[in-house]
Amino acid sequence: MRAAVVLGALVSHWRRHPVELATLLVGLALATALWAGVQALNAEARESYARAAALLGADRLARVEALGGGRFPVGDYVALRRAGWPVSPVLEGDLPVGPAGLRVIGVEPLTLPAEADGYGVAPGGERVAAFLSPPHLGLVAAETLPGLAGVAGLPPLAAVGGLPPLAAVGGLPPDTLVVDIARAERLLGVEGELTRLTLPAEAAGRALPAGLAGRLTIVRPEAADDLARLTDSFHLNLTAFGLLSFLVGLLIVYGAIGLAFEQRKPMLRTLRACGVSARLMSLLLLGELMALALVGGAVGVAGGYALAAALLPDVAASLRGLYGARLPGTLGLDPAWWAAGLGMSLGGALAAGAASLWRAARLPALAVAQPQAWLAGRRRTIRAQAALGAVVALAALAAFGIEGGLAGGLALLGGVVLAPALVAPALVAAALALAARRARGALAQWVWADMRQQTGPLALALMALLIALAVNVGVGTMVGSFRETFLGWLDRRLAAEAYVTARDPAEAEAVARWLDGRPEVVARLPILRVGARVAGWPVEIYGAADHATYRDGWPLLASAPGAWDRVAAGEGVLVSEQFGRRGGLGLGDALDVPTPAGPWRLEVVGIYADYGNPEGQVMVGGAALAARWPGLETRRFALRLDPAAAAGLAADLRAAFGFGPEAAIDQAALKAASTRVFERTFAVTVALNALTLAVAGVALLTSLLTLSGLRLAQLAPVWAVGLTRRRLAALETAKTVGLAALTAVAALPLGLAVAWTLTAVVNVEAFGWRLPVLMFPRQWAAMFGLALVTAFAAALWPALRLARIAPADLMRSFSNER
Amino acid sequence: MLVLRSVSKTYPGAERPALAGVSLDLAAGRTLALTGESGSGKSTLLHLAAGLDAPDAGEIEVDGRRVDGASDAARAALRRDAIGLVFQQFNLIPSLDVGANLAFQARLAGRFDPGWQSELTARLGLAGLERRYPEALSGGQQQRVAIGRALAGRPRLILADEPTGNLDEPTGDAVLALFLDLVRATGAALLLVTHSERLAGLLDARVHLRAGRLG
Repeated sequence: MRAAVVLGALVSHWRRHPVELATLLVGLALATALWAGVQALNAEARESYARAAALLGADRLARVEALGGGRFPVGDYVALRRAGWPVSPVLEGDLPVGPAGLRVIGVEPLTLPAEADGYGVAPGGERVAAFLSPPHLGLVAAETLPGLAGVAGLPPLAAVGGLPPLAAVGGLPPDTLVVDIARAERLLGVEGELTRLTLPAEAAGRALPAGLAGRLTIVRPEAADDLARLTDSFHLNLTAFGLLSFLVGLLIVYGAIGLAFEQRKPMLRTLRACGVSARLMSLLLLGELMALALVGGAVGVAGGYALAAALLPDVAASLRGLYGARLPGTLGLDPAWWAAGLGMSLGGALAAGAASLWRAARLPALAVAQPQAWLAGRRRTIRAQAALGAVVALAALAAFGIEGGLAGGLALLGGVVLAPALVAPALVAAALALAARRARGALAQWVWADMRQQTGPLALALMALLIALAVNVGVGTMVGSFRETFLGWLDRRLAAEAYVTARDPAEAEAVARWLDGRPEVVARLPILRVGARVAGWPVEIYGAADHATYRDGWPLLASAPGAWDRVAAGEGVLVSEQFGRRGGLGLGDALDVPTPAGPWRLEVVGIYADYGNPEGQVMVGGAALAARWPGLETRRFALRLDPAAAAGLAADLRAAFGFGPEAAIDQAALKAASTRVFERTFAVTVALNALTLAVAGVALLTSLLTLSGLRLAQLAPVWAVGLTRRRLAALETAKTVGLAALTAVAALPLGLAVAWTLTAVVNVEAFGWRLPVLMFPRQWAAMFGLALVTAFAAALWPALRLARIAPADLMRSFSNER
Repeated sequence: MLVLRSVSKTYPGAERPALAGVSLDLAAGRTLALTGESGSGKSTLLHLAAGLDAPDAGEIEVDGRRVDGASDAARAALRRDAIGLVFQQFNLIPSLDVGANLAFQARLAGRFDPGWQSELTARLGLAGLERRYPEALSGGQQQRVAIGRALAGRPRLILADEPTGNLDEPTGDAVLALFLDLVRATGAALLLVTHSERLAGLLDARVHLRAGRLG
């Protein structure tokens, strides 16, 4: 009963101060929304990776693959079975149907290892009969079913009799069809070939029979979890952004709680005078904060879900384009994610409110309410903050120095963002103090001095704005630099005017003959490609023709003298930048490239940029590679011809051989596709960036709104001596815009520091490539304008309220000031 | 009802004690005026008696319960159950309306009596103002709400710190007369701090503080 009465009094404050309540809830909701949204995306992606990794027991089973990737003859499988190997065949391929394409996985249920079954298709399973006998039941994830409705009549499927009858099963990755291997052969148009063989892990210790060892290789289950490893950096970057937005949101919460505490101090004192113990009061304040955090958190988690749902298509496209990972088109609703989101809101509110709760618990019964003193206190706080900024900077440098890596890089980034933000209010206050001293005229002096006073209470909002603007400049500069570098690099990298990829070596020969009959084709350069694993990482080995196209056009970041001659002679190798960094390889180092004939020792003679590729890549001489890799046949050609004729040639190739749009493509179309992948990669970053700026705008608006009541005590005397309310309102707006302008000016060098840290440290650690930092003055001007517009919009409402305030309210502020 | 024995208090950094060995005895149902110059220690004595602050030395008893040395919770319980406080600055809860402010302490103490609340409201001249918030009241009206809040729980001791100090003389006199009338009606003891010898003369007895000592 007693607690209810006190709680009623405490809560009544919010009824009378709805703007402050809204500020607090908005801060909590925004902080939670951005964090929860990012976590929802990460969780969804990781769950998909886990499902993909666990598909048919792949995370527990070893597998036999063709050395160098690709398919191998079904005879190899038969040979292994005859030799007593418990292998089971798998045929895998992509079918271009449905919204995101369909990965078809054909299995042979009777030989499937026990670990691979989970879908009732092994002997004795409830689906085995329907799976084995025509028309062969197909299995898909429940979320994939709706997207496949009505695709049976489309071109790739019409020719093979459409999809089999489908059943939804749990645990399958999205856009994946598991079907009997015979039906998979028909769907994929493959005959007598397999993608891999699965076998129990304990059977993987034996050596392959001599006849197969040169063509096949055994991959143990622990080496196969590439997707999670490759995408780690992508998710860490998302998490870093989510955390940054969360911190910006918490700045709002911190300010709102601090102000509410000061505003309620008279009430708290009266409660104590009326016999409420400090303990009960603290408990109730804590309970109230937690209840608000739950409400704000629930709204935030719901908002986060909506945000994640909105961003999911871009994230899914990024992950598919970059890593070949498949995400479902819709978000799941995991209760643990909801709980984690609410937990973050509760934890964040507790962290933001800890200081106020501590002060309330120790509040002397005779404490005097001093909202004006609180404002003065905030001014003192900015000096302490500046000192804290120095500590944060040192800690970040130390973390980077000691820890290194991506985590260290992100710690450095945090320091680069937070330390100057903590110091900035003190610098702005100092600059304003100087301006006040030099000002002539009473009004000008008052304006400068008042702006300086406002720096304290507005410090949190200005810090939020500074962080958001700096990150905006930093990320904008990084993305802009990357775009320009990437496009320039693409121009040189895609030196040939068209590319064609045949389905098999026989077709490649037919394509070659067809091309030789086309007069516009100046050169037909074969490209050899095999996949391998070097130091546990997937690496593509490319064999390039010895031609001026590469010698003159291929962009090298560093090279040894005579690099191309040595590559052509089979003595040298060019490595991609990220593979070089990962393997610690520099010019002159030796690299053993695996081949069926044993390791091929080459010297690193060049390093080239390979932006956007998570896998490692090396380039060797095409002829030398073919000599060391028996059976490696050319399926891909780079074509040199008049650029104007490229699109026509690609269209003719598609028509002549029934190629899809990606198998025969001209340079312009390939560049457009690559640029699309690039834009998608950063779409999420850019969206989160814009949202962080929006949060900072809200921080500024809510700070100004909550302060507008307290500001009356400072404005009333100026009004009393002869300034109109309208003029005061105009001055208030101008001051806010002025402070935002100062903040934006400070954000520019800070943003460039962020850009440098992102490109020179974080990107290198996350993706393995480094970019030059380019300058974009037009972008900065837009950012500056945006800051001013944000500040103007935020200042407008309080200013309008001031312009229309009743004189009686201004007079009351004389008597209310204590 | 209220007993102080050799109570002393010195604030940190102060050159001299705010109270130096003050002893005082206020019997149940009696009213006592505490006068003195500004800075003589009147408010300090009142705060110590209410358990809002702790003495450096001496003993304080309210309604037979020791205040000095009691825990924060025990002192809070004493204020809640036995003491009504009236301040010069009114100290109403700005976010509660008049009705809720009036009933606040009585409900807190579990002694809310709707009949007594209605009578108080009527006698304090607050009828019709129950739904208003403090900011919409005049100073005199706000002080009447504060007095009503202190009396609503029928406490045995009322401690009032210059309750009319913020009011003009006619309003102050009217409020004080009403206050004394109501205090006597409840049978509570009253310790009233005032600058005014004239107001002090209206009470049963008076003591004068000078530089922290009773004169």
